[in-house]
Amino acid sequence: MPIVKPKPKPAPEVLPGVRHPLEKYLRTERLPHIWCSGCGLGIALSSFLYALEELEIDPDSVAVVSGIGCAGRFAGYVRLDSYHTTHGRAIPFATGLKLAKPDLNVVVFSGDGDLFAIGGNHFIHAARRNVDITVLCVNNFNYGMTGGQVGPTTPIEGRTTTTPYGNFEHPFNLVYLAASAGATYVARWTTLHARRLKESIKEALQHPGFNFIEIISPCPTNFGRRNRLGDALDEMRYYAEKAMIRHGVDPAEAEVVPGKEFIVGKFLEVRKPTYYELYRRKVEELFGRDA
Amino acid sequence: MKKVMTGHKAVAEAMRQIEPDVVAVYPITPQSEIAEYYAQYVADGIVRTELVPVESEHSAMSACVGAAAAGARVITATASQGLALMVEILYIAASMRLPIVMALANRALSGPINIHCDHSDAYLARDSGAVQIFAESAQEAYDYMLMAQRIAEHKNVRLPVIVNLDGFTLTHSSQVVETLSDEVVKGFVGDYEPFYPLLDVDNPTVWGPFAMPDYYFELKRAQQAGMEAVPEVFLGVQGEYSKLSGRNYKGFFEAYKLDDAERVIVVMGSTAGTAKVVVNELREKGERVGLLKVWLWRPFPRKEIADALAGKKAVAIMDRAISFGNMGALYLDITSAFAGREGPVFVNYIYGLGGRDVPAEHIVQVFEGLKDAEPGELRYIGLRE
Ligand SMILES: Cc1ncc(C[n+]2csc(CCOP(=O)(O)OP(=O)(O)O)c2C)c(N)n1
Ligand code: SF4
Ligand SMILES: [Mg+2]
Repeated sequence: MPIVKPKPKPAPEVLPGVRHPLEKYLRTERLPHIWCSGCGLGIALSSFLYALEELEIDPDSVAVVSGIGCAGRFAGYVRLDSYHTTHGRAIPFATGLKLAKPDLNVVVFSGDGDLFAIGGNHFIHAARRNVDITVLCVNNFNYGMTGGQVGPTTPIEGRTTTTPYGNFEHPFNLVYLAASAGATYVARWTTLHARRLKESIKEALQHPGFNFIEIISPCPTNFGRRNRLGDALDEMRYYAEKAMIRHGVDPAEAEVVPGKEFIVGKFLEVRKPTYYELYRRKVEELFGRDA
Repeated sequence: MKKVMTGHKAVAEAMRQIEPDVVAVYPITPQSEIAEYYAQYVADGIVRTELVPVESEHSAMSACVGAAAAGARVITATASQGLALMVEILYIAASMRLPIVMALANRALSGPINIHCDHSDAYLARDSGAVQIFAESAQEAYDYMLMAQRIAEHKNVRLPVIVNLDGFTLTHSSQVVETLSDEVVKGFVGDYEPFYPLLDVDNPTVWGPFAMPDYYFELKRAQQAGMEAVPEVFLGVQGEYSKLSGRNYKGFFEAYKLDDAERVIVVMGSTAGTAKVVVNELREKGERVGLLKVWLWRPFPRKEIADALAGKKAVAIMDRAISFGNMGALYLDITSAFAGREGPVFVNYIYGLGGRDVPAEHIVQVFEGLKDAEPGELRYIGLRE
């Protein structure tokens, strides 16, 4: 059996002679990606990469950590130091990474199921400790990768393969959860708001502390199809119609309910000592030396 | 009734007919469809099961333990990393003697992450105290899901039972499966009478308290007694089930053209199907080859397997996982069963890790390799070196 070694290959030309401007951030040998057409994950990824580009961040100073899921594939596609952890464990891995390399800009990029079902415990504890990382959660309201089952963000009456006639469990309001657990930067956008999302990611990347951005995204193959949300473009139209841009709203009041208007924007940006700052302070206090 | 169905559907059908009180599951490839079929039955009101779509497999097994301790009949299903998360609580289920039945869609453990079949997940739970059965086909998966219920709940056993079916090879491929009627299954599995259920509020019991050096050891010995009771129960349940189904389940393993065989392969799961084809072909050429397909892996039928292999010239034991730093677990089981006893030449073949295909030619090579085997060799088949 021949051993297949992926060779770096240039991304396809967008126009004759023109390549994708983000090529330098992508492992082009891994392309084409596995995502379905119309999926919002590509927009989420490009918003993140444009944010890096505009901030002129040295790619060597950023690490991306993902869990498992369609969103979990981020780590495999970026030409950055990246790690594809086991399902749910992106945040503790990122915590360790940040503590070992405090100068690294550590970004967790994963899905709603990965971060809030199996990994939910890690999320609240990293927020509580104010670990200096940025968590980007692509919320498509179900477990896309495994075929579209119910998850902790599936809305009431949402149809999934495990709730064929409608979900009856209360979902999380992710921005409220993040804020109450101690996050210091909290925002929500949809994949329609690509430019605002990019600006928000830029803010988060520069903000010390636990930063959380929820990115509401279509999953036309699973959640979209089962809930008759039309194709991805229809979902974008829906976001255009229902998403209200407001800043500084109390996240407790910002539930996402199907068919109703919902709030996107920045909910919170505060400064408080990060985990590492507190740790250094303690070491200084006890031993009179730098950590 | 004979129908064409996938392994998933066969397991879900068995579950529908058993109609447990509680099913707690978290999706994972290649198991997810079992949960999806079952969720549909629940949503359609075909079964009265409470389906709990928990937030991880650790929670799934925990919910199963809670429900089983309360006195419910409980089934779950998982694979690979899901089982890895369950293992902590699987030990609890076994030590609390809770008859939880589980379908395990065998998938390689991470890392690197992989979704295809091997038996590293089943091997991870080897010492958990759960009974483990391996199915060769969707039919066997269906049949053993029903039998597992009876074995798990037998008063002398009361242990979790895992029914292993190869991920993708069995879960996702369509085969002809003959199911029993709902009434026959209901009669066969019968009503469940839990021991000391928590919901028996007139007779309160405590579950899960400390056992320090004063009692822990005795409790573990009692658990081993539960395992020791399995073989007899297993044979009894097989006998009853064979009568009902007309299918011939007799013994802890299937002996395929074994009696007069000189060279033998021992294997678990779907690869036995491929091995049978090869045995037939080689027999036509006059080669005396045979197969021993293990059904019951835990508790391990040491004596019976040793008796069946004694007198053979050479035996290839095929393991679809490695016990790193040693050899395959099945190899270790069988060779240790020959302690103090004259045995054939044993060779260990590691095969099919991470879903590496196992075509008939590989099985031919294994039989061929037995002709010049050194005792105790560890070989790899299908590997690029
Ligand atoms: C321990 C464990 N359990 C289950 C799985 C199967 N699994 C893979 S991805 C996934 C859900 C992913 O959902 P989400 O994080 O929302 O990502 P999406 O695919 O929707 O982007 C599950 C359950 C796994 N890989 N590991
Ligand atoms: S299943 Fe959904 S989330 Fe996954 S790639 Fe397809 S559209 Fe995107
Ligand atoms: Mg999701």
